[in-house]
Amino acid sequence: MAGEETRHLPLEDLHQKAGARFGAFAGWSMPLTYPAGVMKEHQHTREHVGVFDISHMKLIELSGSGAGALLDRACPLDAAALPLLQSKYSFLLNDAAGIRDDVIVTRLGDDRFMLVANAGNAAEDEAHLRGLAGGLDVTVNPLDRVFLAIQGPEAEAALNKAGIATEGLSFMHGAEPRADWFLTRSGYTGEDGFEIGLPEKDARELLEKLFADERVTWVGLAARDSLRLEAGLCLHGNDITPDTNPVDAGLMWAIPKSLRAEGRFAGADALRALIARGAVEKRVGLKPEGRQPVRAGAALFDADGNEAGRITSGGFGPSAGHPVAMGYVPAALAANGTRLYADVRGTRVPVDVHALPFTPHRYRKG
Amino acid sequence: MATTYYTEDHEWLRVEGDVATVGITDYAQEQLGDLVFVELPETGKSLSKGDTAVVVESVKAASDVYAPVDGEVTEANETLSSDPALVNSAATGDGWLWKMKLSDKSQLDGLMDEAAYNAHIG
Repeated sequence: MAGEETRHLPLEDLHQKAGARFGAFAGWSMPLTYPAGVMKEHQHTREHVGVFDISHMKLIELSGSGAGALLDRACPLDAAALPLLQSKYSFLLNDAAGIRDDVIVTRLGDDRFMLVANAGNAAEDEAHLRGLAGGLDVTVNPLDRVFLAIQGPEAEAALNKAGIATEGLSFMHGAEPRADWFLTRSGYTGEDGFEIGLPEKDARELLEKLFADERVTWVGLAARDSLRLEAGLCLHGNDITPDTNPVDAGLMWAIPKSLRAEGRFAGADALRALIARGAVEKRVGLKPEGRQPVRAGAALFDADGNEAGRITSGGFGPSAGHPVAMGYVPAALAANGTRLYADVRGTRVPVDVHALPFTPHRYRKG
Repeated sequence: MATTYYTEDHEWLRVEGDVATVGITDYAQEQLGDLVFVELPETGKSLSKGDTAVVVESVKAASDVYAPVDGEVTEANETLSSDPALVNSAATGDGWLWKMKLSDKSQLDGLMDEAAYNAHIG
């Protein structure tokens, strides 16, 4: 994003009116916190409903008789086997099976799919998809939408009250309730919730209805990060990158067994070699002792002072009530309870390998 | 009679005799957001102007608080070990960070008074 102008959300005026504090993320000026502050915003999402403006993320529609074939080339995903209106977590891999991006793919028709890409990777993802589309009848169409996440145990009730029916929609399923609307039951907080892409005008109308409900508040990017970290979910660019792969990242559950052996997706050969080799390091949860947070980038050491991996995300978990972190450690040191030490400004802070998530998922699986 | 000074880095110093109590301003705590940890200096530590004296950690990030003048730490606000959010709720009162014995009181001449600080943050 270097050298490019900062991009602004279509609803920036609403965030300004709500008193948001803005910061840069992936080339966008994003609301980080609102006057309630990250702690309250985080807890409100776990207890009621938080609304996040995630319009920096990109909806890319793939349509045409070759749409499924393009996905089969791009992702370790069996597009033909994906049931109508079901969503699937997947990846775009590079030739070394490194993770270019993590994406959610939803089937919207026989020959139509929606792919949700991360903000910082969206332009590259689009170019990559076009590059793989040779010889296929497929249109790669990045959509101009406001994208909102409505998350928390009362998200369904709040949406219903605002006139949006969600009955019958279970976790990781999608729908197109109106023209140019894309609604899924999903999210990145560990709570039940929804993500909805829609035209700006419709979004403003929906938000007006939603905010008439006292259970609903804006939640900024700071709490989005603490929520997803407690939920053990990866942030691309931190916990997964083009230099990490699904084997070490512990994300092989997202790749169907048949494809591991037979798939012809980009990065398939390298992935097979990695599977044969086995994980050298593993992504794990890490719980620092005491109250001092351990941040991304901190080096890890074992009890003898040998290098033992690195922290890739770290902060304070408002619901956990203690610092929480995620990182990569050597496979031999990945068992829960293993004591390691993080270097924080020259001090060795004890951290224990800890099961993920830190706070239990409460998805509505239907 | 105590005199209060301010720095461009959003710290305040309340000086009585040759001892200064140091904290961050209300503006600074608002910018940082909810604090979850404060790394305090050891009593007796010698600080030069510009040294990192304290690290305040919010949910999201760690930020350094610099020594505004030279001196020796005489006390750290240990209450913050169990209640770091006190810096948010009472930045200029009970949420003070440390006290220091000043080595060179003439360094205070370079700092701002309240009116100048308020103009600084606009």
